[in-house]
Order: sequence, then C-alpha cells, then structure tokens
Amino acid sequence: MNPFRRSPFVLTATMLVYAFLYLPIIVLVLYSFNASRTNVVFTGFIPKFADKVLSDGSNVVQSPCGPFHWFCELAKNTDVTSAAKNTLTIAFIATVVSTVVGTMAALALQRFNFKLKPFSQLSLYIPIVIPEIVMGIGILTLFSQLFGFLNNVLNLNGDARLTLGLGTVIVSHITFMIPFVTLVVQARLQGFEKAYEEAAMDLGANEWITFQRITFPMILPGVLSGALLAFTLSLDDFVITFFTNGPGSTTLPIYVYGLLRRIITPQVNALSTVWITIVFLAVLMLQLIQNREQK
Amino acid sequence: MLKRLRENKSAQGTLLILPTLVFMVGLLIIPLLLTLVVSFGQRSPDGNVIYSFSFNNYVRLLGYGTDCSSGASACFDPLYAQIMWGSLVLGFNTTVLVILLAYPLAYFIARAHPKRRNTYLFLVLIPLWTNFVIRVYAWMMLLRQEGVINIVLGWFAGLLHIPFTPLNMLYTPGAVLVGMVYEFLPFMILPIYTSLEKIDNSLYEAAADLGANSIRTLLRVTLPLSMPGVVAGTILVFIPVMGTFIVSDILGGRQVILVGNLIQRQFLDARDPTFGSAVSLILMILTLIVTYFYTRKFGFGEEIVVA
Repeated sequence: MNPFRRSPFVLTATMLVYAFLYLPIIVLVLYSFNASRTNVVFTGFIPKFADKVLSDGSNVVQSPCGPFHWFCELAKNTDVTSAAKNTLTIAFIATVVSTVVGTMAALALQRFNFKLKPFSQLSLYIPIVIPEIVMGIGILTLFSQLFGFLNNVLNLNGDARLTLGLGTVIVSHITFMIPFVTLVVQARLQGFEKAYEEAAMDLGANEWITFQRITFPMILPGVLSGALLAFTLSLDDFVITFFTNGPGSTTLPIYVYGLLRRIITPQVNALSTVWITIVFLAVLMLQLIQNREQK
Repeated sequence: MLKRLRENKSAQGTLLILPTLVFMVGLLIIPLLLTLVVSFGQRSPDGNVIYSFSFNNYVRLLGYGTDCSSGASACFDPLYAQIMWGSLVLGFNTTVLVILLAYPLAYFIARAHPKRRNTYLFLVLIPLWTNFVIRVYAWMMLLRQEGVINIVLGWFAGLLHIPFTPLNMLYTPGAVLVGMVYEFLPFMILPIYTSLEKIDNSLYEAAADLGANSIRTLLRVTLPLSMPGVVAGTILVFIPVMGTFIVSDILGGRQVILVGNLIQRQFLDARDPTFGSAVSLILMILTLIVTYFYTRKFGFGEEIVVA
C-alpha cells in the first residue's frame, strides 16, 4: 500500500480550503493596482508611466509610478509612515525584552526547582486561555486609574500628564508575548538532555561558562524562533494595542481599522500588499531556521 | 553573597523567573483583580469609577434594569443574556465549521510526502500571519454589493441569461460567520496536523491488514488519535471568537453585537467601565468553564504549543 495515497475526497477538499484561504488575499493584492480611485470595482491597471498624475473621471490614467501609483501615494502618506514607525518600534523593543525575559523563565522552569514555580507556570498559561479583550481592558483600567491618581497627586498638568502611549503599548505587548517565547524555548530545552550541561560542569566549567558554551548554543534556534514568533505577534496585534494606545502611538492595524470605518482607497490595498510581502519573507525566514534546525 | 547564590539552586531559579513575574503580576494579575474590583463599582456621571460594593452591574447583565423607558421602577430586558448566548452560538458554529474545513487539509498535509509537508504548512502560515484587520478587509471587498462575489455571480447569470440582482451579503450574521471561520481556520489546521503527523504509518497498515475499510480506519484509528489536536484547536478558536469585536464591527455593521462589541462600547462610547468590567469578567469565567469541561473530557494536548 502506498503510504502517500490520497482519496479524491481529501484532495478536492484540500484544494477548496486552500482556495478559500488564498482567494481573499489575491483579490486584495489585485485591487492595490486598481486604476479606480473609489476602489469599488476593479477598472483595470494604471496603464502609463508619466511625469504627472492624470485622472479621467474617477480613474487614474497615468502616474509617475505607473501601475504602482498607490504604493507611491502610500509612501507619501505621513500617517502611514508614522504608524509604520510606531509598529516597528513597538515590535522591536517588545521582542528584545520578551525574548530575554521569556528565555530566562524557560530556563528557570526547565532546569530549576523553586517555591514560586507552580504560580509562575499558572500565570504564564493565563494569557493563552483568556480572551485577549479581557486582558486589554484590564490593562486599560489599570493605566487609566493609576495615571489618573498620579496626575492628581503629583499635580501634573499639560504635557507632563501621564497618558497612554508608546510606553503602555510596549509593556502590554511584552506581557502577552512572554508566555509564547517561554513555551517555544521550553520545548527546545526539553529536547536535549541535562547530561551535556552536567558533563561540562564535571569537566570544571562553572555555570556561566556552561551556559555560554553548551546551553545557549543548543537553545539558540529555539530562542530565535521564539523571537520571530514574538515579533510577528506584536506586528499582528490589534486588540491589546487598541485598548492601550494613545495619541501618537497609532500602529498600522489600528490605522487600517480606522480607515475601514470611513473611506477606502486602493492605498489600503497597497498597504496590505506590502504587509503580505513582508509576512511572506518573515515566515520564509522562520521556515529556513527550522529547516536548518532539523538537519 | 555571590557565593551563596551559586550554591542555592532555588534562589537562582527565583532570580531567573523574577522579571517574568514582574510583568505577569503587574500587567496581568493586578489588572484582572482590578477588573473584579471595578465591576462592583458604579459609574460616575463623567464616566469615571466610583468604588463601592454593589451587584448592580451583574443584576443589569441578567436583564433587570432600573432606568426603564416606560417609567416603571424596574423592568426586565434579556438583551445582554441574548448577546452572551448569541456569542456562544457563534463560537460553537465557527468552531464546528472550522474543524470540518481544517481536518481534510491537515490530513492531506500529514499524509503528504515528508519533503513537501513544509511547503504545504508554509502555505497555511502566510494567511495566518497576514494581519487580522487586513483579512477582515479582504472579506469586505468580496462580500459587498459591488464586491467580487457579486461581480462573478452576475457574470455567470449573464452567461446563462438569468436576471440577477446583487446579493446583500455584507452586514449580515452570515458575513460575520464567514469572517470568523476565515480568521481562525489556520489555528485549527496546525494543531490537528501536529497530532495527525504523530500517527505511525504501521497503524494504518495494521487497520488495512485487519480488513478495515477507509471509513472504519478513519473512525477507529485516525479520529481518536487526532483528538488532542482537535481539542487544542478548539481552544485556540473558541476563546478568541468569543472576545473578538473587529469581525462583527466591520462585517456585521451594527447588525451583529457580540460580547466583545458590548465590552468595547462600554469602554469607548458608553463610557461605563464598571459595567464593561462586569461583562468582561463574565466572559472570562464563561470561557474558562467551557475550556475546563472540554479539556477535562478530552485532555489538554501539548499541540496547543505548536500554533
């Protein structure tokens, strides 16, 4: 019997599900090249490259960027560029911190015994088993009550007042990312024997040298995939960011959500296309790391 | 002191976990406790919290109101219970549909040639990591009156010379269901794949040798052994569906109100954080109860880690 034999039912169902997954994305990308300004119907590609943007009714007929007109408009849109800057700043800082903190936690839980272990394990499971909105509004309540109290007590006025902003988004992201990093690194630590570390210690290496020469190189692939996972989680996050952002800390998902409730131009599609391309490259990198790990 | 730390393994462990605990306690456990405290409070006229100890918000959630339109002193309107129930039903429907769609695909990948599995998985990950909001937007483009689905249907109708009026699909409960299924499908595919992939080929061979046909093999071998994946996937799908408000907001218009929308509106439009906190706590308890009984019945697989 051929172990890779497929029933026609499974094959058909698979193709339909893949189509279901990809059709919306293909439409999204196609519409980012739409000549129509209103973006309701796809009226064709923008045909010509030219010095100036020229429209015929609601259709763009020529642009310095040709079919890529909306991507150029996107790059000029300062709301988008500042949202992109915020998104990347938040994701970068939150990833670095949560990766370090989460890896430390994984080491603690996998290699040590201590009094707070059961409590720590439980608290790391909470963000996974409660709806994100519960965590989001909890943090919002904490910050609004705390900031209200501090602003009152310290008599802060004007710009000195504590408000929601980049800082609150970053610490919230770190909190929900730590459990995921810990889980990934823990899985990696489970995979290899403590014996290697014990052998190093027997041969006279101290804890730090053992960590540097044995433990860290062995868990590095796990740490890297944990970091990449954390980074993508941060980029993707909407709910927690929605409740913890303030003036000047709008991220791309929040910005897009705001647009969807008002007017939609092909710029939103261009933004989506850029996003999908970046995700594609990031996931490809993750796969390559994992493939190398398996070899 | 450094020397003492070196010998004390327990202290080393505590030191390593300490930063994690700072975040978990400060930004998870304290906020949850605060939510509990606030839920017993009352709303001040300017939308702030007056700390008190009353069950008003919970009574209101059950449907008993004190500010009635008819002028009566108390009235009963099960609106909030209906929203809770509606969300549970949607969570259930979404989960069932997602399992039905995810299973064949996961099975296909798990039984594919090992060299190709990574490519097929890669194809599942791309939509998963494409931003949540962007994916909702994609469905908006497909479902609206002048959207792609109506254009295609109209084209077919034209070919067959059938009169065609564009369907109203956006801003309906159906649109929300489709959006939810689309959003959460990858979260089911990955864990089911992980548990299917672990099944040893010899088990299928044994089943075939013993004369089981493919349906019997599916029911007696494949399905039972893949249950941990289905359980993990259900948790990953059901919990977020209950708390999501973007899908219903964008694809449901004002037609579909879920628990998530209710909570969001209390914090933003209605400015009643005390009632919002009460709803949020009930949502958390509801999902924890469902998860507890579900996992107690079927076990809590390690598959949850994979996704």
